[in-house]
Amino acid sequence: MHDAPSQKEMIEAVKAFIDNTAMPSLKGHAAFHARVASNVLATVLREMDIRPEAESEEAQRLTDLLGAEPGQSAAILNQKLCEQIRSGDISLTTPGLLSHLKTTTISQLSVDQPGYSGLKAR
Amino acid sequence: MLFRVIVAKMGNVEQIQKALTAWAGQFYGPESSLGHVARLSGGASQETWAVDIHADGKTHELILRRVPGGFQQSARNSEAIGLAVEARLLECAAGTVPAPKVLGVFAPDSDMGEAFLMNRIHGETIARKILRDDAYDGARKKLTAQCGKALAGIHAIPVSELPDLPETPGLSQLDKYEDIYRNFDMPRPVFELAISWLRENPPPSSAPVLVHGDFRLGNLIVDKDGLAAVLDWELAHLGDAREDIAWLCVNSWRFGHSENRVGGFGQLGDLLSAYADAGGPTFSAEEIDWWEILGSLKWGIMCMIMYEAYRSGADPSVERAAIGRRVSETEIDLLNLLEGKA
Repeated sequence: MHDAPSQKEMIEAVKAFIDNTAMPSLKGHAAFHARVASNVLATVLREMDIRPEAESEEAQRLTDLLGAEPGQSAAILNQKLCEQIRSGDISLTTPGLLSHLKTTTISQLSVDQPGYSGLKAR
Repeated sequence: MLFRVIVAKMGNVEQIQKALTAWAGQFYGPESSLGHVARLSGGASQETWAVDIHADGKTHELILRRVPGGFQQSARNSEAIGLAVEARLLECAAGTVPAPKVLGVFAPDSDMGEAFLMNRIHGETIARKILRDDAYDGARKKLTAQCGKALAGIHAIPVSELPDLPETPGLSQLDKYEDIYRNFDMPRPVFELAISWLRENPPPSSAPVLVHGDFRLGNLIVDKDGLAAVLDWELAHLGDAREDIAWLCVNSWRFGHSENRVGGFGQLGDLLSAYADAGGPTFSAEEIDWWEILGSLKWGIMCMIMYEAYRSGADPSVERAAIGRRVSETEIDLLNLLEGKA
């Protein structure tokens, strides 16, 4: 299989079409949705850059925090973390929890909403 | 609230025009005539129309709030109280809280359908304009004290004068939103932590008061002199006064101006002083935290609800899909708040 254009190039091309051609010729609700669509593609592009490394680091931190068997996915480990918070085994005062959640949420926001004011407030 | 003129179905417009003409003939007299009628779009749950009526040699500028299509539909916000109750609350608030004056109420079985008419108050509702434009420099300086006074006024309305309202203390709201979150089966550790902390540190109970339920920029009309009117009472309920104060502080409602805890324009100490000066109880900033954490959690789960509309296929719009990627905003807000509690 080839990758010319690559995923990234294809998404960039569609985003450029929305931004430079479609959006200027749209009005009202359609223009609003075009802007949202462009923002969604920007999110996908950021996720392609950031997620692989951020998620593997997240899984490593979760493995340490939970004392879990290595090699489990972040999704499975997050499920376990949720269960342990719910049962009270892990709480706000558990060493490492807050810093893990902050690092993870900052990575998530740098994909989802990198300009969000809550990041600056920290 | 973003007001936007949209094209409505003709049948709907004709029905409204006919009912308005009949109402104006009774209210202003037979010489009155109906002027311009235009649909504005604010919240999705109600229709909002700008209505001009000519009578006594002048133009009376009104706003019509109406149930979509004139009759109640099933898939509406289960928390909303209904327009007749909302109109009754505006009447209760008159005199103590800046609010529109109710001029007419239409029953669900009337020609208009379920609706009410109020006077149109001029000013701005768009938060970013209120927070940034030079035209509101003076208004921003007054707004914190005015909001404190308005909230004290709302919370002081005797419960015995109010129409029947649901009573929803903080912990029952937590139960409700936790249920919704669990039903989505999308585990989020930050939400789990917030839910656990809120359960372990419940606020002392307080005598229930009228809570507006959505007191924040977007639902306030602001003019150059500051607060001109408090709108959108449809989430009103009986509950804890601190809920309203904290909701105004939720970072999502600071619209990028995080440094100003009160709505992006003011400081909490100033709001609480104005609230106490206007006869409200004296609250400490720390007492507000529990409710602000609950508020951020609720808004995060509301974003999940809006995304669920996409996931379930009910609303295939890109906007509903995209809102799922705003949940993480409330997660950082929750962590910033919880960090101070560790």
